[in-house]
Amino acid sequence: MTATMSPPQSQVSSLTTGKMHRAIPFAICVFSIAVGVVGVYSIGGFKWGWMAIVAAHLYLLLVTIASRVIEDRRQATDRAMRTVMTIAFTTVTIPLISVFWKVIAEGASRFDRKFFTGSMRITPEDMLAQMEGAAVGGALHAMAGTLIITAIAGIISVPLGLLTAIYLVEYGKGKLAGAVTRMVDVMTGIPSIVAGLFAYALFELFLGPGTRSGLSGGVALSLLMTPVVVRSSEEMLRLVPNELREASLALGVAKWRTILKVVLPTAIAGILTGVTLAVARVIGETAPLLVTAGVAQGINLNPFSGRMTTLPVFSYYEYVQPGVPPETGIARAWGAALMLVMIVAVLFTAARIMSHVLKPKGLK
Amino acid sequence: MTANSEIDMPAQTAGTTHSEETSVEPVIAVNNLNIYYDKFLAVRDVTMEIASRSITALIGPSGCGKSTFLRSLNRMHEVIPKAHVDGVVQLNGEDIYRPDVDPVTVRRRIGMVFQRPNPFPTMSIYENVLAGMRLNANRLSKPDADEIVERSLTGANLWGEVKDRLDNPGSSLSGGQQQRLCIARAIAVEPEVLLMDEPCSALDPISTMAIEALMEQLKDQFTIVIVTHNMQQAARVSERTAFFNIDEPGQPGHIVEMDLTEKMFSNPQEKATSDYVTGRFG
Amino acid sequence: MSQPVAQEKIRKAPTSVPDRLFSSLSQASAATILLLLSGVAFFLTVVGWSGIFGDIEGMSGSDSFVEYVGPLVFGTVYAATLALLIATPLAFAVALFISHYAPRRLAQTLGYVVDLLAAIPSVVFGIWGITVVAPLLSKNVYPWANDNLSFIPFFSGTASTSGRTMLTAGMVLAMMILPIITAISREVFLQTPRLHEEASLALGATKWEMIRQAVIPYGRSGVISGAMLGLGRALGETMAVAIILSPSDGYFWSILTNQNSNTIASNIALKFPEAYGLDVNRLIATGLVLFLLSFGVNMLARRVANSGFSGAAG
Ligand SMILES: Nc1ncnc2c1ncn2[C@@H]1O[C@H](COP(=O)(O)OP(=O)(O)O)[C@@H](O)[C@H]1O
Ligand SMILES: [Mg+2]
Repeated sequence: MTATMSPPQSQVSSLTTGKMHRAIPFAICVFSIAVGVVGVYSIGGFKWGWMAIVAAHLYLLLVTIASRVIEDRRQATDRAMRTVMTIAFTTVTIPLISVFWKVIAEGASRFDRKFFTGSMRITPEDMLAQMEGAAVGGALHAMAGTLIITAIAGIISVPLGLLTAIYLVEYGKGKLAGAVTRMVDVMTGIPSIVAGLFAYALFELFLGPGTRSGLSGGVALSLLMTPVVVRSSEEMLRLVPNELREASLALGVAKWRTILKVVLPTAIAGILTGVTLAVARVIGETAPLLVTAGVAQGINLNPFSGRMTTLPVFSYYEYVQPGVPPETGIARAWGAALMLVMIVAVLFTAARIMSHVLKPKGLK
Repeated sequence: MTANSEIDMPAQTAGTTHSEETSVEPVIAVNNLNIYYDKFLAVRDVTMEIASRSITALIGPSGCGKSTFLRSLNRMHEVIPKAHVDGVVQLNGEDIYRPDVDPVTVRRRIGMVFQRPNPFPTMSIYENVLAGMRLNANRLSKPDADEIVERSLTGANLWGEVKDRLDNPGSSLSGGQQQRLCIARAIAVEPEVLLMDEPCSALDPISTMAIEALMEQLKDQFTIVIVTHNMQQAARVSERTAFFNIDEPGQPGHIVEMDLTEKMFSNPQEKATSDYVTGRFG
Repeated sequence: MSQPVAQEKIRKAPTSVPDRLFSSLSQASAATILLLLSGVAFFLTVVGWSGIFGDIEGMSGSDSFVEYVGPLVFGTVYAATLALLIATPLAFAVALFISHYAPRRLAQTLGYVVDLLAAIPSVVFGIWGITVVAPLLSKNVYPWANDNLSFIPFFSGTASTSGRTMLTAGMVLAMMILPIITAISREVFLQTPRLHEEASLALGATKWEMIRQAVIPYGRSGVISGAMLGLGRALGETMAVAIILSPSDGYFWSILTNQNSNTIASNIALKFPEAYGLDVNRLIATGLVLFLLSFGVNMLARRVANSGFSGAAG
């Protein structure tokens, strides 16, 4: 039956047939860069972007041809794809580096004392100084606003989200749990501006048209934050091994105490990490606050009445309505942008560290 | 295989004992091979020859590096990050670890069957058999493809069972059938050597017997190296057996003795071998 | 019959008051989520109603609601599609690069950076886009594309010199959704079972062949649902478009000019702060349309994600 299997009697091809020497791709790389730099320079001067584009494509082309000639079709495809992936990756990194670079370069100029101690209630003297091109005005009011509004969002979302997650993991079966799971999915996809409009509509119906307040901003953000908290807490609670619950219940401990004293402490690191990431997500939101909290020039610490500026909204308005001369306003916009990026990066790193440090032993 | 390893584990530092039998025609020749995971030396100093058109069994307690050694024979070892080897492995006299050798070519000629059956879940039975062929042939004509599928599945003793449902997903088969499908997939590309890492350990006794019968047939065309935990299996199917051992956990595994299977099980040279094959440890 | 009764008794054993309190509390929270979401639809509908059916005389411009929202829906879908077309192939490549080509140490760092990027505020991308991308493209690329490719309708018209075009907006949007698509794709690529990758390699596959044989079939549905989530985010993205795009009324196909259909979200952000009267209601009604649009896309994404393997290779 197996007589039809004919094994290769003697392999003619040696193992090393058609393997490109390692130096060849390197040489092609050097050659391509040289052609890119010299070629572009001689045509249009020193344009490094075009040089990189020319060099990358030339390398892709040459290395594929070389591999096709020396090796075979399969190796050529493999090398081409590897090169394409690397080029794509580099292509993506460049704008990303540019974002960071630009934000730091432009924003650092306004990291002065005034920026952190003053608001946009500018004295007449400062107004004159601004005409001369001096850096005036600060973002203290926006920082305070960000803090207050984010805190409100957190105060609403964290208990709501955590309790919902507890319900889904510890109690939930049947219709309600299924519906909630699906609705949380939907909530994750709500456009942030829609969340803002919702909060606006809600407050308008109860308090009349045109109301703007820090509270409605916080409500808008909580709509965006809650699903993130639910999702991450749910995931962490599910990681708690069932044996722990059963051990506690078997000792005669009530279910609610088991959850509070056994389940939550085990999952707390993950939950805190999730909350931190949720905060990082909403702290940079602009659109929902634009329609709910609005923008104010001075410090407003009362979330229940009056407009309240946050950092992202401040950054946006200082950019699109920079005043005269525009440079000072735009500098403030970049300053706020840099602050935001720093806050997000710090929150992000904190979450990372937290999930490493607080991780209980024995849990994955 | 009762565990008694602490008690009569002999201090094994002696070199490998080889049989005097010289009539083997080696397909694979291994010379002073050391195998590493990063800095950890997992297997040390293996020298062996693997005879053509026969079955060679690798036995030994778990963790002694049988899988590691087997995977270094077709350069699958280096798929694991930072894993590397030093020493020489020759296929028909050519060193497969020379820097200018492409591992892809090596694996093409030395196929592999894994411990757990691993048909591609998104492919049909038919496409699974052809998976290796599709890589090389630009365009496989339908009659050619049909022929290869039938030939390979017949070779793997699976044709009769699946010929009416070739379009079903590979994962729809039973464990034993999946493993034979994987063997069909491996032999479809007509390798010279077939490496099998405990191919029956995830299977029930009936499927195991089916695979053993299959190996018996395949050895007429292929050189087979099989890792097995099961000494009866080694005794049943193989011509030659190599015994690997490890002095204590964390130490590198090494080869203790290699000889004709008959001799390894009846009259081994080393005490460790006789202890192991008589089930005194392992 | 006695056995079930006995079980029933044990189950119904009186739970303590705090126990019941706690469980009702958590149940109430879950119910609040449902309430909240229906609240979104409800309040937007109630307040938006008069924006749709109210007296057009009371609104700026004299379009009916459909005439008003049509170009905005077009602009929203157009910008998001453009972003998706740019971002998906790149994200696919970047995810594969991180999961299968980059050295492992580097891959972990890169994964972290990608996740971080997803959290960069959109206003930052917007300001960066208008100060860096727009001038760069309007100097180096648009005139050339306009000169040489204007026979294609997308590249026709008078090329913008400010760079505040649909293409710029689409590119910046692409940058913003790229981290999401990349993160999801990378996750599924990394989850490809080792067994299948090794099966492929052991057959003598090159790396790319292994990826095609084992990784892509496994990760396909993940990439698609990642792309859909990215699309959802692009549809609702507000600030970057509001800052970058130079909007006009009407439908515009050309992506290089200063005349562009605005997106719903950006239109709200630009007009809402100054709007009063029925205009507010109309803007909220457009928000309802956006909500439904992104709701549909997200549903589609879930369906793809849940469908598992999207098909056996033939
Ligand atoms: N991927 C790996 N990384 C690091 N060490 C490994 C890996 N796989 C196996 N080892 C180690 O190599 C040694 C030999 O393992 P293995 O070859 O699997 O043994 P066997 O197959 O004989 O049971 C063991 O000590 C094991 O811990
Ligand atoms: Mg093993």
